Amino acid sequence: MDAPLVELKDMCISFGGVRAVDHVSVDLYPGEVVGLLGHNGAGKSTLIKMLSGAYKSDSGEIRINGKEVHIHSPRDARAQNIETIYQTLALADNLDAASNMFLGRELTSPLGFVDDDAMEAETRKIMGRLNPNFKKFHAPVKALSGGQRQSVAIARAVYFNAKILIMDEPTAALGVHETQMVAELIEELKKQGLGIFLISHDIHDVFQLCDRIAVMKNGQLVGTAKTTDVTDDDVLGMIILGKCPAGATPGPGALVDEAAVG
Amino acid sequence: MSDTALSGPKGPTARNIFAALQLDTRLLGMIGAFIVLCLAFNVFTDGRFLTPRNIFNLTIQTVSVAIMATGMVFVIVTRHIDLSVGSLLATVAAVMAVVQTDILPSMLGLGHQGIWIIAIVIGVIVGAVIGAFQGWMIGYLGIPAFIVTLGGLLVWRNVAWFITSGQTIGPLDETFTMIGGIGGTMGETASWVCGLVAVVAAVWLQVASRRRRSAHGFPVKPAWAEFTMGAITTIAILGFVWVLNSYDIPKARLKRIFEASGETLPEGLTMGYGIPYSVLLLIMVAVVMTIIARRTRLGRYIFATGGNPDAAELSGINTRFLTVKVFALMGALAALAGAVAAARLGFSTNDIGTLDELRVIAAAVIGGTALAGGVGTIYGAILGALIMQSLQSGMAMVGVDAPLQNIVVGTVLVLAVLVDIIYRKRTGD
Repeated sequence: MDAPLVELKDMCISFGGVRAVDHVSVDLYPGEVVGLLGHNGAGKSTLIKMLSGAYKSDSGEIRINGKEVHIHSPRDARAQNIETIYQTLALADNLDAASNMFLGRELTSPLGFVDDDAMEAETRKIMGRLNPNFKKFHAPVKALSGGQRQSVAIARAVYFNAKILIMDEPTAALGVHETQMVAELIEELKKQGLGIFLISHDIHDVFQLCDRIAVMKNGQLVGTAKTTDVTDDDVLGMIILGKCPAGATPGPGALVDEAAVG
Repeated sequence: MSDTALSGPKGPTARNIFAALQLDTRLLGMIGAFIVLCLAFNVFTDGRFLTPRNIFNLTIQTVSVAIMATGMVFVIVTRHIDLSVGSLLATVAAVMAVVQTDILPSMLGLGHQGIWIIAIVIGVIVGAVIGAFQGWMIGYLGIPAFIVTLGGLLVWRNVAWFITSGQTIGPLDETFTMIGGIGGTMGETASWVCGLVAVVAAVWLQVASRRRRSAHGFPVKPAWAEFTMGAITTIAILGFVWVLNSYDIPKARLKRIFEASGETLPEGLTMGYGIPYSVLLLIMVAVVMTIIARRTRLGRYIFATGGNPDAAELSGINTRFLTVKVFALMGALAALAGAVAAARLGFSTNDIGTLDELRVIAAAVIGGTALAGGVGTIYGAILGALIMQSLQSGMAMVGVDAPLQNIVVGTVLVLAVLVDIIYRKRTGD
């Protein structure tokens, strides 16, 4: 296999004395989907927010294509071609689809003014590919359905040539048809060689979409495994008990360690 | 859905006509309410309300509050509030008054041509710096805007007192007082030229926008809708100029003007006032602020931050610095409003701009700016200021008692917001 696209090494972050992420290391290869699993509050979203620049890590190392990078803000992350689709979608409800898609990276005319027509044209193009039923280009995104909002968020990530895509619960708000659409999109992006971190609660989704999984519990890594080497029950055991099955590589948060400590 | 409704070849039903014109129904409602208000006052005052003279006075009375209301839109859109604008106006007016009566004349000589503009520039800089300082406390120190500007309300009113030692400063520079209102108007010819330039610009913008949209292959309005819109704009602009030109300068005053230049007043000559420079300033402020709101990144970020501050931050927008910019802009506009207010009085007094913060916030809110953030328009705020001023001076003309006037204005403010809430619920905007 090639060198990893992303390596997160010994990442730590604390909030007011609580270790939200405690020495977690995961990696991601090009064309691979890695599912991050765990209970609410296990630290998945926090881990990923350090990569997307929303949080600054206390310690740890982020390597992209083997080179160490420092990510202090969402702008830094974008400069590394890291795009994030947040659980809460991170859309400005009062603006239309095009304004949201280009938020922070507006296209401008030669005089430096925001070029709404050019942005609308680009938005129409990419929406034609992702979600041909999308027609409400002038409505504020507040007026859109969950699936339409999701396609705006995804379009934003895809349009700017992401190399690394972070999806935080991308299908949580979606119906069956739209979930299928997201699944097809992930397949297509994999073929293009993107690396994708997928945070999900849905075990079924995870087995369908991911190549590998990494399970977190109480801020620590329980273990990582290829989806082909473990069963549903194994994964549930990892999430609920922190028990690492035979097919997985145990991390510092696996049950053995926990028993020894406490 | 709306796209097919626009390009479809259906016959024009009433609903389709509004859809095709793509008019802001909210704006239409406000204009409708304004017209009803004016007509009602006109009836109760036996036709004295809608005279060129009264309309002229209304516009110059509105300018100061309207200028600040455009800035307040940005402040409220970003989910903040500024209670200090009235006091800030007083401080800046005091600074400008001292600069033009004490400092500059001793440096440049009394009555120097450049005094007025230097005074205004210094005032705008002081206003922007004070605004930026308040914005810094809100954005970077995390003190709520309500508290910072409530403090500012007390602080700046009394800083003004210290600058002037509590005295009224004046008379102000003669050129400076021309931006106050009736003392400085363009005259009929220049006003017509201004109006025509505005019409040409408006039509050109409309044509350019249509060309751009069709170049991209987007649906465009039907041609008749474009013509209707163009005609309405043209009539509105030229009508406004015509009304202001119809207010004749009184005979005695005209005579003095001619005598001052050593001529005698020809028999039967009348001259209209035309557009006051203060109104021209307001129009320029409105245009610039609208461009900022719609066509610049700054404006886009202001609205995005108001709609969802977290999303804005995750998109790489520096929302703290944005807060500083918004309040600095508010401070600069308060300075311009202060220049107009002081010039209108001819003096800078201690109580100048008292309670203006409430008028300004009310104007922005009546104009459709939502305190929850993310929603608001510049033209709405100006219309809101005009409605407030019309109410106040209309009631004064009818002879309503002063306490009752305030009761009515307060009630209207609350009702306007209620109507807005109901409207938004119905339309889902």
